[in-house]
Amino acid sequence: MNPVDAVAGDGAAEEVGATAAADAVVLRGVSKHFNTGRKGTVHALDDVDLTIRRGEFVSLIGPSGCGKSTLLRLIANLIEPTAGEVVVNGKPARQARRDQDYGMAFQQAGLFDWRTVARNVELPLEMKGWDKARRRERSAEMLRMVKLDDFGRHMPWQLSGGMQQRVAIARALASHPPLLLMDEPFGALDEMTREHMQAELLSICASQGTTVVFVTHSIPEAVYLSDRVVVMSARPGRITEIVPIGLGAGRDDATRDRPEFFAGVTAVREALRGVEGMAAMGGVDDR
Amino acid sequence: MSLRLRQVSAAALPPVVFGLLFFGAWEWAVRAFEVEEYFLVPPSKILSTFADNWSLIWESVQVTGANALVGLLLGTALGVAVAFLLMSFRSLDQVITPLSTAVNALPIFVVVSVFSNMYPATSEMPRRLMVAIVIYFVVLVNVARGLRNVQPTHLELMQSYAAGRWAMLRHVRIPNAIPFLFTALKIAAPMAVITAFVSEYFGGAQNGLGSRITASLGGSRKADGWAYVLAACLLGIVFYLISITMEAVATPGGTEHQHRGRSH
Repeated sequence: MNPVDAVAGDGAAEEVGATAAADAVVLRGVSKHFNTGRKGTVHALDDVDLTIRRGEFVSLIGPSGCGKSTLLRLIANLIEPTAGEVVVNGKPARQARRDQDYGMAFQQAGLFDWRTVARNVELPLEMKGWDKARRRERSAEMLRMVKLDDFGRHMPWQLSGGMQQRVAIARALASHPPLLLMDEPFGALDEMTREHMQAELLSICASQGTTVVFVTHSIPEAVYLSDRVVVMSARPGRITEIVPIGLGAGRDDATRDRPEFFAGVTAVREALRGVEGMAAMGGVDDR
Repeated sequence: MSLRLRQVSAAALPPVVFGLLFFGAWEWAVRAFEVEEYFLVPPSKILSTFADNWSLIWESVQVTGANALVGLLLGTALGVAVAFLLMSFRSLDQVITPLSTAVNALPIFVVVSVFSNMYPATSEMPRRLMVAIVIYFVVLVNVARGLRNVQPTHLELMQSYAAGRWAMLRHVRIPNAIPFLFTALKIAAPMAVITAFVSEYFGGAQNGLGSRITASLGGSRKADGWAYVLAACLLGIVFYLISITMEAVATPGGTEHQHRGRSH
């Protein structure tokens, strides 16, 4: 896979006709400026093109302020682009949000303290108007998937941080959305839990065929999880390079010892070094 | 539950012991130094007077208690209603919040005097309104904060579900505000009693605890006065107990989990 193909606008345009249905996310000339027209205009993102195929796992990495979270929120339609077009699941991003075509997970689990674990997982289904019996059944299925079968009736504050994050992932995937958007979901977890969760996330997404867009600060995390790592730079926020990673299916702990893994880490690190002012920002973990 | 009971009794022991020592010392001091009754009444005398005049005291307790309760309910209802208004119409915030603060800063006797002139001398309304105003402010400030201070993650999550205003209110803002409401009530309940009590000093019918205390202590019936003071303390404690019981039932971390479990 040639990284340039994936970045270049013309490559994406050519593909639209033939394989539009195969693309989970398409961004064309997308910019996001905050405080437009005023003195302190911030170019959070400038003229970004990116196509993510169905079933692909793509990580966004870069220094603080490179707009990776902004990019994720544009795909989620939590914010509107200043210019350009965002297509999600073959429709405008706004429509995709209305149809709940994606699930989302954040650095904070963001569970509702006043709901049981099961009812937290059921919330997106409730918003979709599912009846109680169907919701019950699905939340039980999802909790089984994240190995929390016995915790449905617990309250969120009775669970550990890692368990809460698993509930958040179960909630994000409850309606079996084709797309999962994650903003540093494992950022607050300890290293052991984090590696464990990464493996679990991969197997869950593989079993459901879910497309994932994953924002992270950690190079090894991005390399371990992704089919492609999108490297971004700050001021203005831009995609500088897309690094393809070929670790294949069936990744486990041993994968982290393979030469391909180290090659991927080196490639991403070098791409990040190219990003101006990287070292000064210290925004990316080398862990 | 038995564990909880043990925790409660362990927590209760120090203040109970301290209280007994305090009243014991008081009793001893009055007897040992032969303090005159007009200066300080011994606790034993207060207790016996309290028991002897129970029916009279109970009448006053009912009057003050009713004023505090009606005012509390009125103020809470108003506070909650205005908090919702402020949340829905941001622009109102700049009008209502300074106004509420200003009203809250008015001395009680000024407001009660004004209200007293509006109603007949035997009406309990002036005091109830006074209590309502004080409680309104406490409830408004807290509930408004609860409705507004929602986790950003929760907001983005609901937005990702394409949730409308009503869904946001029902699933996020209202449940988020409930602990804030009970925090407010915990402060407001004893405050309601104190306000009802103080309001009685400034005119109106002379039938509540506040008026009885002034009348008794002002005359030579010191023991009667102290018995009314004791009744006032008990009334305040009852209000406080009711509010913390309600809080324990309604907030996570209390008994709520068991309730939910059963309702499934």
